[in-house]
Amino acid sequence: MEAPLLKTTNLEFEVDGKTILKGITLTIEKGDFLTITGPSGSGKSTLLKIIASMLSPTEGKLCYQNKPVEEYEPTDYRKEVSYCFQTATLFGETVKDNLTFPYDIRNQPFNEKKALSALKSVGLGKEYLTKSVHALSGGEKQRVALIRNILFMPKVLLLDEVTSALDEENQTIIRSLIRNLNQEQGITIVWVTHNTVEIQSSNRIVHLVNGEMEEPK
Amino acid sequence: MNLAINNASLLFATALVGIALIVVYKEKLGLGKDILIGVVRAVIQLVAVGFLLGYVFNLNNIIVTLALVLVIIFNASFNAGKKSNGISNAFKISFIAILTATSLTLVVLLLSGAVLFIPSQVIPISGMIASNSMIAIGICYRNLNAKFKDQRQQVLEKLALGANLKQASITIVRDSIRSGMLPTIESAKTIGIVSLPGMMSGLMFAGVDPTHAIKYQIMVTFMLLSTTSIASVMASYMAYKEFYTESKQLKN
Repeated sequence: MEAPLLKTTNLEFEVDGKTILKGITLTIEKGDFLTITGPSGSGKSTLLKIIASMLSPTEGKLCYQNKPVEEYEPTDYRKEVSYCFQTATLFGETVKDNLTFPYDIRNQPFNEKKALSALKSVGLGKEYLTKSVHALSGGEKQRVALIRNILFMPKVLLLDEVTSALDEENQTIIRSLIRNLNQEQGITIVWVTHNTVEIQSSNRIVHLVNGEMEEPK
Repeated sequence: MNLAINNASLLFATALVGIALIVVYKEKLGLGKDILIGVVRAVIQLVAVGFLLGYVFNLNNIIVTLALVLVIIFNASFNAGKKSNGISNAFKISFIAILTATSLTLVVLLLSGAVLFIPSQVIPISGMIASNSMIAIGICYRNLNAKFKDQRQQVLEKLALGANLKQASITIVRDSIRSGMLPTIESAKTIGIVSLPGMMSGLMFAGVDPTHAIKYQIMVTFMLLSTTSIASVMASYMAYKEFYTESKQLKN
């Protein structure tokens, strides 16, 4: 039997003596579309950040492809297990500055054709490439941020309430893109969300309450 | 030399401190104690350093001269480190940066013949280099702290995309280096038209012809540009790593 893509064993996370996560044991298989739900403050984002290696757990183990995450070079791991923030923060001056970044950190020349095609896939025309990041709406920023994560396809895409601040139109565009990434490209999706449409589209649901996990449904 | 100052004239000059004290008293600024402490410390420190330098200049010994230069660098590093506002290893970073900036600049000045290896030239020049490095490094630390706070989310986004620490911090590091060098560059632009700096003024006071005094000032200007750039680059490139954990996560 193939080892799970990601496995957490008894993960705990404490900050200033306060327990945020407790006893999280979770297995994520290749191609999963998993949603993590739960009330605000239940530790969903913290769990996602630990899986993304943006935080280290206080106790417990996180394995990726059957190997503890600490044994990976964090920069390599984060390129494969890519985390997208709830509120997108773009950097530099233009959209292009953001889309060249994934190429720069891999020492590869910018592929403008691919970037334009990615913009098109989220409903943004080629004129957006040179647009100032300050001229974009929240929904447009979130779409550009998501493209940054998938210009080089990760194995796992971690989404932290990426549609929560968006209007219905932007939500639909992003949902359709995510579904496509999972179904057609086989990307494993772990999505923290409160949205019932997004929860229904997943094939597994994990519910967190007060930092503890309820049995996967 | 036309230096006319003596103990009596210095005593009369203390009246100037009285003016500052009157302003503080009249405006209720609450700085009277600080001024008195400042004045007493300045007098004690300068008298002590005057005698010490007089002794070292007469001794004219290479080891003693270098030891005193090292003490200057140590003090400058300690003070720069205090301005780091919590950056780990700030003293070590400051020491390496100031030691390198001072050594490199001094070697170039000595090899060019602009400065002679005698205590009366090496020690004051080292003091100028170390103190300007110290100020530049202090500005770099302040800038790094401010930018890592303001741009925290951007740095996190870059890390999440798989950037290494340098790629995630490079805009902040460059900004910090720029801020460390800028005061020296700005000062170089206005030198002679706004200020007549210390080296030049001191030489003219001592009766040196202004056309000769400016040569030293030009040397000092070049020297400070070099030293602040070396110190800012080294301190910024060493210090930014201290904002991250061993797991390449941004510290809280």
